[in-house]
Amino acid sequence: MNLFKISWKYLTFRPLSSGLNIFLLALGLAIITVLLLVQDQFEKKMNQDAAGIDLVVGAKGSPLQLILSSVYQIDFPTGNIKMDEAKRLAQNRLVKKVIPLALGDNVQGFRIVGTNHDYLELYGAEFAEGKAWEEPFEVVIGSEIAQKLKMKLGDEFTGSHGISMGSHDHDQHNFVVSGILAARGNVIDRLVLTSVESVWFTHDEEEGNSDQGEETHSEESHDGAIEEDHHAKFHQPVAKTGFPETEEEREVTSLLLQFRNPMAAIQLPRMINSGTSMQAASPSFEMSRLFELLGVGISVLQGLAVVLIVIAGLGIFIALYNSLKERKYDLAILRALGASPFQLVWLVFMESLLLTFLGAVLGIGLGHLFLALVVSQNEQSVVSAIQPWIFLYQELWIVGYALAVGVIASLIPAWTAYQTSIAKQLTKA
Amino acid sequence: MLLRTETLQFAHPGQKTLVFPDVKLDSGDSLLILGKSGSGKTTLLNLLAGLLKPSQGSVVLGDVAVSSLTGKELDLFRGKHIGIVFQKPHLIAALTVKQNLELVPFFSKKKEVDIALLLSELGMESKANASVLTLSEGEAQRVSIARALANSPKLILADEPTSSLDDVNTEKVIQLLKQQASKIGAALIIVTHDQRVKAHIPQFIEVQTT
Repeated sequence: MNLFKISWKYLTFRPLSSGLNIFLLALGLAIITVLLLVQDQFEKKMNQDAAGIDLVVGAKGSPLQLILSSVYQIDFPTGNIKMDEAKRLAQNRLVKKVIPLALGDNVQGFRIVGTNHDYLELYGAEFAEGKAWEEPFEVVIGSEIAQKLKMKLGDEFTGSHGISMGSHDHDQHNFVVSGILAARGNVIDRLVLTSVESVWFTHDEEEGNSDQGEETHSEESHDGAIEEDHHAKFHQPVAKTGFPETEEEREVTSLLLQFRNPMAAIQLPRMINSGTSMQAASPSFEMSRLFELLGVGISVLQGLAVVLIVIAGLGIFIALYNSLKERKYDLAILRALGASPFQLVWLVFMESLLLTFLGAVLGIGLGHLFLALVVSQNEQSVVSAIQPWIFLYQELWIVGYALAVGVIASLIPAWTAYQTSIAKQLTKA
Repeated sequence: MLLRTETLQFAHPGQKTLVFPDVKLDSGDSLLILGKSGSGKTTLLNLLAGLLKPSQGSVVLGDVAVSSLTGKELDLFRGKHIGIVFQKPHLIAALTVKQNLELVPFFSKKKEVDIALLLSELGMESKANASVLTLSEGEAQRVSIARALANSPKLILADEPTSSLDDVNTEKVIQLLKQQASKIGAALIIVTHDQRVKAHIPQFIEVQTT
């Protein structure tokens, strides 16, 4: 027999009341755990995905939307920009490097991004198998896609129009997997990467096809010409850096820019926003704006968690205090058997600490479980990039908070226990 | 002489001072403390157990002045050398019969306690792992006696141990107390106004309100 065992017995003597208090505390701590994990991983991810991108240039619209769509690949693009204009911008002496992006299609919800090999380099992509695209319609897929869609090298698939599932398929020309990337834990895990040309040609066919439908009379001659044209075009090597070569008037969705020097940060955005039909947005600025907006929601959740924890603390206090009233005799008996007042204080503290420790463990477990559930329900959204089973050292703080709640809740009951008079309690002297 | 008190006095706050007759007792002896309700006989018991401090006089058990011990020393001394049986059993409901008895060696830091033997002597071995909530009043009181005896004390104090028991159980409890006390050579003091007890123990002192 020891103090730990006695307090454990007391705890399990009232399974319902103890269980409820543990659960209440666990709920509050679970919310904090979820917030902690999401915040930590989101921030890390956001910084990671935006690393090396000084400025994003795209069609006019919401700058936040431009960043979300072009850097994090979550929102819809703001529109397209003319490639001539983009090229002119690339020649500015303040610009070190430009990576064009062409968005607009998806494969079962995973985005197809037309770009050049610089993009792979930007994210430090490494190949698990195969190599980068060389010709139109060759694609490199991220590790998550390879895993979820069970794709191998040489597999063919068709893209669908739009950047989320459910639109019509581009079934004229299949994409061929030429490479599979190793998992990097960043945005490219969930992307199908290909050349800008591939994206253009997919949509050319689309237009070609609808022309066909409208002008049925010229079908045969037209069709043959297109077919021939395609064959030549489809087997030319694509541009591996900079902009693709073309004589036609083309568009891209957005540009990722790197500055040559700090001066660019001041001059370029103003120049682009006022001097062109495009807009420039800085990832770091827009993200801090977004976090500011989200901050309100996070504060509300944090407040809720604190309220839950306070309620749980009160619950533990009330439970201890009430049970101590019934237990006055027990305490007096223990004193009569030779227990010192301090041992009784320990007994009370131990019970409350056990309660809160169990609550903390359960809460952290629930938090991770909840995240795992959310992640498994949203396989293709950005949420799926969260790792629910990563444990942060901050979670030790949660255990610390919980134990602090336990100590505070048991202060008054412990004092009562300390003052127990055996004589008064047992013999009604 | 095992237990000796000298000119014990005690005053409850706001009440007049109680003066107690001296108590002298050898190992193995039994003594009743009689008196009307409110005469202070339970107060005397508390003074003997070191649960209250006398305003004057002293209690000496063996060669230790109980009345001058304080704090942890007193707690431990009580745990080791004094066994107390209260009016109600006051067993700890969250624990089994055996666990209730196991509290004794833990708190008194006396390790050589044979709980199984004790239980079998009380005829309770079959209930060792039962919850104390399932015991009858008489059984519960026997367990509380076992608890008082478990550390083989020098002095056993019982505060009206039979007041809520029927004749059969009273008989059992008194026999048990006498037997066990003489077996471990402890002095036994019972505070009571129960006539059934007087028949068993001839020696008594009376506490009177003066």
